[in-house]
This record gives sequence, C-alpha cells and structure tokens, in this order.
Amino acid sequence: MDFISILSIFVLACFVGYYVVWSVTPALHTPLMAVTNAISSVIIVGALIAAAAAGIGNGGTVSKWLGLLAVVLASVNIFGGFAVTARMLAMYKKKAR
Amino acid sequence: MEHVAANPWASLAYLIAGVCFILALRGLSSPTSSQRGNRFGMIGMTIAVVTTLLTHIPMGIDPDPSDYISDIPDIVTIAQILAAIAIGAVIGVVTARKIAMTAMPQLVAAFHSLVGLAAVLVAAAAFLNPAAFGIVDAAGAILPVSRVEMGLGVAIGAITFSGSVIAFLKLNGNMGGKPILLPGRHVINLAVLAGILGLIAYFTQDQSPWIFWTVTALSFVIGFLLIVPIGGADMPVVVSMLNSYSGWAAAAMGFTLHNSAMIITGALVGSSGAILSYIMCRAMNRSFISVIAGGFGGDTGGGSGEAKEQRPWKRGSAEDAAFLMSQAEQVIIVPGYGMAVAQAQHVLREMADKLKEHGVRVKYAIHPVAGRMPGHMNVLLAEANVPYDEVFELEDINSEFAQTDVAFIIGANDVVNPAAKTDKSSPIYGMPVFDVGKAKTVLFIKRSMGGVGYAGVDNDVFYADNTMMLLADAKKMVEEVVKSLD
Repeated sequence: MDFISILSIFVLACFVGYYVVWSVTPALHTPLMAVTNAISSVIIVGALIAAAAAGIGNGGTVSKWLGLLAVVLASVNIFGGFAVTARMLAMYKKKAR
Repeated sequence: MEHVAANPWASLAYLIAGVCFILALRGLSSPTSSQRGNRFGMIGMTIAVVTTLLTHIPMGIDPDPSDYISDIPDIVTIAQILAAIAIGAVIGVVTARKIAMTAMPQLVAAFHSLVGLAAVLVAAAAFLNPAAFGIVDAAGAILPVSRVEMGLGVAIGAITFSGSVIAFLKLNGNMGGKPILLPGRHVINLAVLAGILGLIAYFTQDQSPWIFWTVTALSFVIGFLLIVPIGGADMPVVVSMLNSYSGWAAAAMGFTLHNSAMIITGALVGSSGAILSYIMCRAMNRSFISVIAGGFGGDTGGGSGEAKEQRPWKRGSAEDAAFLMSQAEQVIIVPGYGMAVAQAQHVLREMADKLKEHGVRVKYAIHPVAGRMPGHMNVLLAEANVPYDEVFELEDINSEFAQTDVAFIIGANDVVNPAAKTDKSSPIYGMPVFDVGKAKTVLFIKRSMGGVGYAGVDNDVFYADNTMMLLADAKKMVEEVVKSLD
C-alpha cells in the first residue's frame, strides 16, 4: 500500500470514529474508555512481528525481546480491557417491571 | 523491498478486524446492544492476532543452506510468543475480575500506560530491526517516511506512558491531587515539544540512534511535565486525552506497518478520546487549553483560610430526611465524586428501594463531569443494581427539578452551584449546573461546612431557605436514612 491509500483509510476512519463515538450514550462512557483501551492494544500486531523476526542482523535479538515484552503488555490490556468491559456491561440492567 | 504484509488475504483479514472494532464501538450506543459490541471487539482482536501469527511464523536460521530443508519453524520463539500472550492474559483477566468499580479511573489510566509503553517498545523494535517490518530501502536504510511515522509513534507512545503513570498515581492517591506548578513550565514544555518535533524532522536526514533515543527520552519527560500541573479534579479530561493519545500512537505504528486494522483502530480510539475530552471541557465550560495548562482543580479541603462571612444555614437529621422523602412524590438524587469515595452507591440504592415502597418516584441525575472519568457515576450506579432507565443526563432532567419535591445531593457540590449561572467572577461561571434550588426541598449531604468543592467557591445552595444540610459521611448518613425509613 502506498502512503496515500494508508492516509485515506486513516482520514476516513477518523470520520467514522467521530460519528460512531457521538452516538455512544453518555451512560456508557466508562465502558467506552475501557473497550477503546482494549482495541488500541491492536498494537500487539507490531509486537508479534518484532517478536517473530529472526534474531539475525543488527539489533535483531534486542528487537525480538522488546517485541516479546510488548506482547505481554498488550495482551494484559487486551484481556484485561475486554474482561473489565464485559463485567461492567453486564451490570447495566433495565428496570424490572 | 516488498512490504511484509503484502499478502492480500492478510490485508483483507486486517480490514475485517478493523470493521469489527467499528461495530464494537457502535454497539455502545445503547446498553442493550453493548455486550454484542464487546464481543465484536474480541472477534476483531482475535482475527488481527491470528492473522499476524500465521503470516509471521518465526523461522529458524537455516543450519545448512545447501540442503532442501530450509524453512524450519523456530519452535522456541513460537513458545515464547505464546507464553508472553498467556502471561498477559492471566494478569489482565485477574486484574479485571478483582478491580473495584470505584477504582475504574485508576485502572483505565494504568491500561493507557501499557498501550503507551507497548507502542514505545514496538517503535524501538522497528528501529533496531527495520528489515523485519519491511521498512528499509535497497541500501538498507530506513525509509524517510517510516522514520517520521516511527518518530511520532515513539513520541506519542512515550507521552501516553509517562502521562498515564502520573494520572494513575494521582487517581490512586499515591500522589496528591494538588497541581504541582513549576516556574516557567509553559516555556519549558513548549521548548521540549519543539525539540521533539525538530529532532523527528532531522531524523529523516540522519538515522543515527542518538536521535531516536533522544526523542524517546524527551517524550517521556514531556508526558510527565504535561500532567503534573493538572489537578485531581480535572482528571476526567486528562484520562480522556490520554485515551486519545493511546489511539494516535497505535495509528502511527499502523502507518509504519501499513496495517489497516491498526490505522482504523487508532483513528477510532483517537477520535473517541478527543470527543470525550471535548464533552468534559464543555461540561466545565473550560477550554481544552486551560485544562492542559493546568494549575486548577486541586481537590477539596482548601478554602478554610479565607475569611468567609458566617451565613445562617439549617442542619437536618437522618430522620428529617427520611420523613421528607417518604412524603414526596418525586425525589431526584444527584451523586458526585463524594459518593464514590464513600462507597455509598449500594446503600443509596437501598434507600431508593425503600422510597419506592413508600410510593415515591426516584430518579438519578448525572452531571457529565461527576466523578473522575466520563460515565464514572453511571457505572457505580449500575454496579449497585440501579436500573439504567432511572438514570438521566443533565439536559434531560434539569427542567424536572421545579416539579420535584426533594433533590438529594450526595457527594456533589460544584455541579449544583448556582454561582455558575449568576456570578461572573466565579471560576465555574458558565458551567452548566443542576437547578436543584428549584426543588421544594434540597437535602445536601456534606462532610462538614468547611470544604467548598474543588473549585474553592462557596455554594449559595447551602444557605437557601429550602435547603437542609445533612453533615456526615455520605455512607453513614444514607444508612441512617434507610433505618429511619423502616
């Protein structure tokens, strides 16, 4: 992908984000923060690439260990973020009639 | 060099992951669809992780290039990666299960710091081993555009990390909520920011390691400097802002990796945090710049030294409160951060149940900046089994106070202060507030008459004829009211 196509995805996604987030009900703003936290840990993709790269070449070994550490941090966030969001969302109940 | 993620199926999978993340946020438009939304998020993440694992199977170094067996998967590395995921999973799930709902702001800040640090580590890994990320030119140098993306990624990641650590320490009470003001901090901050941007620009010309590491170090410092002067009560804005930064950091790394899932997610999270910051600032009638400049909102407890005129006020007891509310047709409860501190949400719901037995209609009114993060009060009430359709936002309920018998204020102060409407010199002037004074009776739970909210302004509601002050710890007072209601 060239830079312009990537930039296009980014700009359009910003607009999607703008409209989607305004439609989130204020009562769910805390779960919103928790779930955005979890999904921003998609940075784990970069961490996995670094961790999986062969330990050859300049800085390959260091890079691999940095990647592994980043995998741990990101997965704390992914599992923790989704789990705590699920826990919160399960508490929102309607009036029993 | 051809880019690593050029496999069209992989690109498609990342795109699907990105769409799942959009649906995850979309689900939060109502509590009924929210749990499905969260599952979409998990599905998206699984797709992204599995795709990456499958397209980047670690290969061992070929021991004998002459034979036909060349591609042996590196079992050790695979095991290490799976172990890393497992360690993170255990820590994450255990934390998520154990955490108290009142501690949610701290937890979110801590999670932000992890995203920030992960972004720094990934950027550093990409800098040290650019070939693995497919961002080198034929001569082996890192592509200039990738250097900018990497530089921005590491800078935003580092700011997110150190800023979130400070926010965590403030929210968790390890560090005082008071703003810490360094002399000349605006000049220092601007100089450091300019230094970071200048170095990133220079990085395109010269890819020496010292530039990369200096950018990283300066960014850690600026994250610290930016958050230290911001007071505890402005933390809702800060937490939202750091949420936004963690998104932009992920987006910057997505640019480096040409990965659509990361870019879409980064943009979503970035906008989400930015919108939340905007909502919070609007709810305080303050500009984003003034919040970021800091020096405001040093928590409660101040204001005792001022020479305040003594004005008459009425003190009520739990029995009075119970009697007044049991006779009422409608009671609106206005909770604030004090309710969270006192952990009074459960007993508050018990009180509401008792009142309903007496035939009273009970509603809750939530101000956007009540608590320490957006939606903080809603989560606490939900935890206490308050049905979400009894909980209302400021603009939906404010007109109802005039037809309400009792406004019951627990742990809130500035959000009910009429000075925001009448006193132009007040620091909270222009902030939208609840018109509690229009209710027939105001019951105001407060620890003592000394503290005057984080804005340090006196509240005319205390002295109004229709106000009865209930001076006690919020939880104890509500417990007594519940007893008196029997």
